[in-house]
Amino acid sequence: METVVQRFKRVVGGVDHWSLRLVEERAQRLAVRQGTLEPIENQWNSGAHITVVKGTGMGYAATSDLSQAGLVEALRRAVDWAQATASLSLLPPDELARPQRSGSYRSPVRRTWDSMSLTAKLGLLHEAAPRLKRSDAIVDWQASLYFRATQAILVTPECEIEQQFEFLIPGLEAVANRAVETQRRSFGYDNGVQAGLEYLDEIGFCDQAERVGEEALELLDAPNCPAGTFDLLLLPEQMMLQIHESIGHPLELDRILGDERNYAGTSFVTLDMFGHYQYGSELLNVSFDPSNRRQLASYGFDDEGTPAEREFVIKQGILLRPLGGATSQRRAGMAGVANARACQWNRPAIDRMANLNLEPRDSSIAELIGSIERGVLMDTNRSWSIDDSRNKFQFGCEYARFIEDGELKGVLRNPNYRGISANFWRGLSAVGDASTVKCMGTPTCGKGEPNQAIHVGHASPACVFANVDVFGSTG
Amino acid sequence: MTLREHFFSLSQEAMARSMAGEVLLCGLRSEDSNYVRLNQNRVRQAGHVRQLEFSLQAIMGRRHASAQCMFCGELKTDRERLLELLSELRAQRDILEEDPYLLYATEVSSSERIASEAPLDAPSAITAITEAAEGLDLVGFFASSLIYRGFANSLDQRNWFERPSFVFDWSCYAHRDKAVKSRYAGVQWDPEAMQRKMQAARQDLALLQRPPRKIRPGNYRAYLAPTAVAELLAITAWGGFSLKSQRTRQSPLIKLADGLKVLDPRVQMVENYEQGVAPGFTSAGFIKPPAVPLISAGRLRSSLVSARSSQEYGIAVNAEHESPESLDLAPGHLSAADVLARLDTGLYINNLWYCNFSDRNDWRITGMTRFACFWVEGGEVKQPVEVMRFDDSLYLLLGERLLGLTEERDFILDGSTYHQHSAASMRLPGVLVEDLNLTL
Repeated sequence: METVVQRFKRVVGGVDHWSLRLVEERAQRLAVRQGTLEPIENQWNSGAHITVVKGTGMGYAATSDLSQAGLVEALRRAVDWAQATASLSLLPPDELARPQRSGSYRSPVRRTWDSMSLTAKLGLLHEAAPRLKRSDAIVDWQASLYFRATQAILVTPECEIEQQFEFLIPGLEAVANRAVETQRRSFGYDNGVQAGLEYLDEIGFCDQAERVGEEALELLDAPNCPAGTFDLLLLPEQMMLQIHESIGHPLELDRILGDERNYAGTSFVTLDMFGHYQYGSELLNVSFDPSNRRQLASYGFDDEGTPAEREFVIKQGILLRPLGGATSQRRAGMAGVANARACQWNRPAIDRMANLNLEPRDSSIAELIGSIERGVLMDTNRSWSIDDSRNKFQFGCEYARFIEDGELKGVLRNPNYRGISANFWRGLSAVGDASTVKCMGTPTCGKGEPNQAIHVGHASPACVFANVDVFGSTG
Repeated sequence: MTLREHFFSLSQEAMARSMAGEVLLCGLRSEDSNYVRLNQNRVRQAGHVRQLEFSLQAIMGRRHASAQCMFCGELKTDRERLLELLSELRAQRDILEEDPYLLYATEVSSSERIASEAPLDAPSAITAITEAAEGLDLVGFFASSLIYRGFANSLDQRNWFERPSFVFDWSCYAHRDKAVKSRYAGVQWDPEAMQRKMQAARQDLALLQRPPRKIRPGNYRAYLAPTAVAELLAITAWGGFSLKSQRTRQSPLIKLADGLKVLDPRVQMVENYEQGVAPGFTSAGFIKPPAVPLISAGRLRSSLVSARSSQEYGIAVNAEHESPESLDLAPGHLSAADVLARLDTGLYINNLWYCNFSDRNDWRITGMTRFACFWVEGGEVKQPVEVMRFDDSLYLLLGERLLGLTEERDFILDGSTYHQHSAASMRLPGVLVEDLNLTL
């Protein structure tokens, strides 16, 4: 990659500012479905993203051609766009963020992906997969591992930032069926981390398979989730989605500034709310935290080169700051966080939520359950839908348990709940302690035009919400 | 050297090195795109993306290994990377077990489809757009692309697809979340056509200035414009028409497949490759049929079958990924001019948003209204409505509650650009229904 940087520096010129973001990526997905190895997905992806400022215009070009001729051509394309839009630009060029210092970052990996042979990794999947099939009612089952290693260099005339990431996402799923009733239970797809293969031992990957298979079968025989107003206990596997959709997206500053109104949507949050708006109950503390290196979206610098630091976005329920990178912060005249990120070399950086975590309090899981007279526990998201202002939502989960008089009762199937963000978080009535926290995340948060799917992380304890509209299937 | 020549030259290099008994499949997914996003009728980000994703599958008997690799377009560099890739895949293949579901085309069928239209001048188009939208709060996305797909195998099959296209997808905002959503897409850019659509958006904005009506949860007669119908069918396509999904009992259409439910007999859906804009061949070298009837007279007729499912379930290949690329819902007899009169009193829904299954087993979908949706009374548009959540089963909406399908249909090019610019499309009528269930 250093060769490409030198090659680029030889050809760049005639512009007021430039940046080069080089990305090289290797990914592999292994899966065993119903005892048969699925085709292995091997991917190598590399390219350059060039941004230039010329006069009052800005343009970018991304190319997989890293030869000198390819870089010259990309540079020409970027300059052409800068010139063509100079009189049409939304932002003055001095609002475009520029890195202030060099640095580096590396994921914490103890056992690298390549330290285990392919045969051994496939052996692990062959060991896990059959444990999902607990009976003939399991009609489809699969165990998988996804690995991705990314090396990214951001270079400007003043700075050079190098970051190396390694991601691991395990996956288990079992599909149970009887007649026209089908239930799916899964584990791992929302448990992605920056870590090596040591993570599989930590989570007991193979041992989880039996639980997943058993719970899929339990769901087949379970009664439908009742409809009514209940206290709702959400485990971290669903809290991550709740945080993501109804805190993360509405606080993204580019949405508030209107960039996403044509696609991902706007936000019920407006600039004048920061500093005083009561987003949730005073139990609600939410941090932007890129410093926990195990989490999926940790990094040292964002893709505009801003050093990433932990910041509270909500404290004791009060909204403090938006999720906006340096460029958006200048547009809004407001402090934000280092979250301008691009999903790949072929896309420009936009505001993304990265790691957005709900801080634990002091209740054990037993205390949370014990505090509920009549309620429902829900686990693992399976359906998500929210309006374009991020207010009216409806979410569904894979698995639920009824809670009565402070005790866990039977399993429920098809659990759903709905609410309005602006009210829902004010109903946060109890927050679990550190023992209930799990680091969750998803690799496929979608946003942006052109579209970008990117990884985000959410650590959360289990939480209780009062008086929620809960319901099951009506079919 | 053109990209076509580059791809076939590289493929030939690989084929020339194939071992005795070895079959190689080469593929290309490439784009040369201009992407511009706008906010407040100004340019937020403008740029160009060029990417060449080469795929290689090395097969020996029932063992195989494959990879996708980003190439640069320079022959010497790509040749070296290709040969390195071939060597790596052979090493991987040697340690893998036999694959009982491996299937690739062995009947040679070459094809070439190159659209002759010249790519449009993107910067001029952006200038024309901002001029036409002068004074409007326009936010949107413009993409003009040359999309390339290639296939070659060591059995001497060669397929090539090359097509320019553009999508300009935009919203003009009246206030907060109230906007007129528009789209102009096609192959040949016509500034006057864009201006006409912009003018129509200006006129519709006037309606959005009226105070919005707050709707109570309940059941409403509703007209779903083709763009709203597209959202319902896009979520249905998450496994709905897939053979594998149906055989593993995960399809939302299971009750239809089992004959326990039927739709209104006017509902006919076809995967209409012939009328679509997607390549006519798959990555395993199979040629897609002109059309695959999916739902006929309200009953499930057939499914989309990938090469792998074909081998697993013994049904002929007719698709790449078992998700529609050219979905066609047959028109009905309701004239667009009569929609408001037939709706009489209820909701005119132009756009739905963020649909998902609330009960997959019952093809029940929830989602939100978005952009310009209106309250209609006595066949007259009265005012915009506050966004509302619906939660309803398509077994009902396309079954006993279906009142009519429009004679006119919209051809909706998929503007999706995740990873690369999509080549999918839908051709859909509007749908008039009774008792759409609004919940929040």
